[in-house]
Amino acid sequence: MGVYVTGFLMALKGLPMTLFVSLLAVAIGASFGLLLAFMKMSKKVFPRVISKAYIEIIRGTPMIVQALIFAYGIPILLQGLGVPFKWPVLLIPAIIVCGGNSAAYMAEVIRGGLQSVDPGQIEACYSLGMTKRQANRYVILPQAFKIVTPSFGNEFITLIKETSVLAYCGVVETLRSAQLWNANTFETFAAYIGAALVYLAVTYPLSKVVAKMEKKMSEGAA
Amino acid sequence: MIEAKNIHKIFKDLHAVKGIDLTVEDGQVLCIIGPSGSGKSTLLRCLNGLEEKDEGEVFVDGVKADESNITALRQKMTMVFQNFNLFSHLSVLDNITLSPIKVKGIEKEEAEAKAIELLKLVGLEDKKDDFPRSLSGGQKQRIAIARALAMDPEIILFDEPTSALDPEMVGEVLDVMNNLAKEGMSMIVVTHEMGFAREVADKVIFMAEGMIVEEGTPDEIFNHPKMERTKTFLEKVL
Repeated sequence: MGVYVTGFLMALKGLPMTLFVSLLAVAIGASFGLLLAFMKMSKKVFPRVISKAYIEIIRGTPMIVQALIFAYGIPILLQGLGVPFKWPVLLIPAIIVCGGNSAAYMAEVIRGGLQSVDPGQIEACYSLGMTKRQANRYVILPQAFKIVTPSFGNEFITLIKETSVLAYCGVVETLRSAQLWNANTFETFAAYIGAALVYLAVTYPLSKVVAKMEKKMSEGAA
Repeated sequence: MIEAKNIHKIFKDLHAVKGIDLTVEDGQVLCIIGPSGSGKSTLLRCLNGLEEKDEGEVFVDGVKADESNITALRQKMTMVFQNFNLFSHLSVLDNITLSPIKVKGIEKEEAEAKAIELLKLVGLEDKKDDFPRSLSGGQKQRIAIARALAMDPEIILFDEPTSALDPEMVGEVLDVMNNLAKEGMSMIVVTHEMGFAREVADKVIFMAEGMIVEEGTPDEIFNHPKMERTKTFLEKVL
């Protein structure tokens, strides 16, 4: 029994890093995703195409491949071109990849949220002399934000699990902590079960919170 | 004063408004009546540019509306909608003060003091901290009128303001509008409330199939209609 407790505690050491990367990625994902959502709804072709291409590429490739390209591929490419480039810490490409990845998924969620705001609300803004920008800022975005908050929560839960790929890109997060302990002790089963339990201990309560938020939202809308 | 010349609106397969002219002088109330689908609401929405017109011109106090000034001109002709469209995430007070503060740059205290006055005018000063979802339809519409008034408009456009209301709430909204008219507020009212049009309007336009069939004083339209189309309509609704 003791070995499992140790396995859990070893994996737990990586949890702060997992949460740190996931939180930052959600923040980047939400803001960059908002920009992508507006680009995708733009009347102009250029921003629309850029946004669509970005979303398709990111969603059509595995995050671990993206992470490997960023963490290891890009420095090699640049060095080959004669640019002496090296990531100061691998945490930087890790956060870029997780945030950029999350943005592609959140863009669609945010776009859905923006489009689900009653068109009458924007007409009311216009009828009172607001510009499109003012209408978005004071009325449409706050309402859309309320609608998509549970989705942000779900995205955070997804990221907590998905950031485990960073174990292969030099970031010592939960899974990597378990791997390191395994390498020292060969307690392979206890190490990975420990990691699994750490993820579950975080995602299970969080999913309950999100479910509650969703329930409250649907009641509030009625 | 608001003036419209030769307004046309064409949806994909429907010529909804076919060359309408109208003028509303300061302090006048114009009621637009007619069967559903006759283009009344579309016409109203063409005036403030919520609907892009395909032809024609709108002048507000002699200034021709175009893309560059329509946002500013809308402050002078605010609108009250059939479905109220109160900002659902804001309190009653914030609904009323949002545009004065953000668009006109009025100080918060001043805007709120004015909002309270307007709430008294519509008889709802005790609802200032409520949210729209807790209000009845009639209350929502009275708040929407207060919100439209808060911009100090020259004219208010009413788009079937009582059509979404339960019958027992129609009266309280019409009373507020009636008082506004007495105080000299210019209004264009698209409505099915013939009693209101007859009593309050200075001028009535009867529209059908996107055109003005007949226009005149309430007495002319309701008591001495000249056109057969007007007569049939009035027989049905009165």
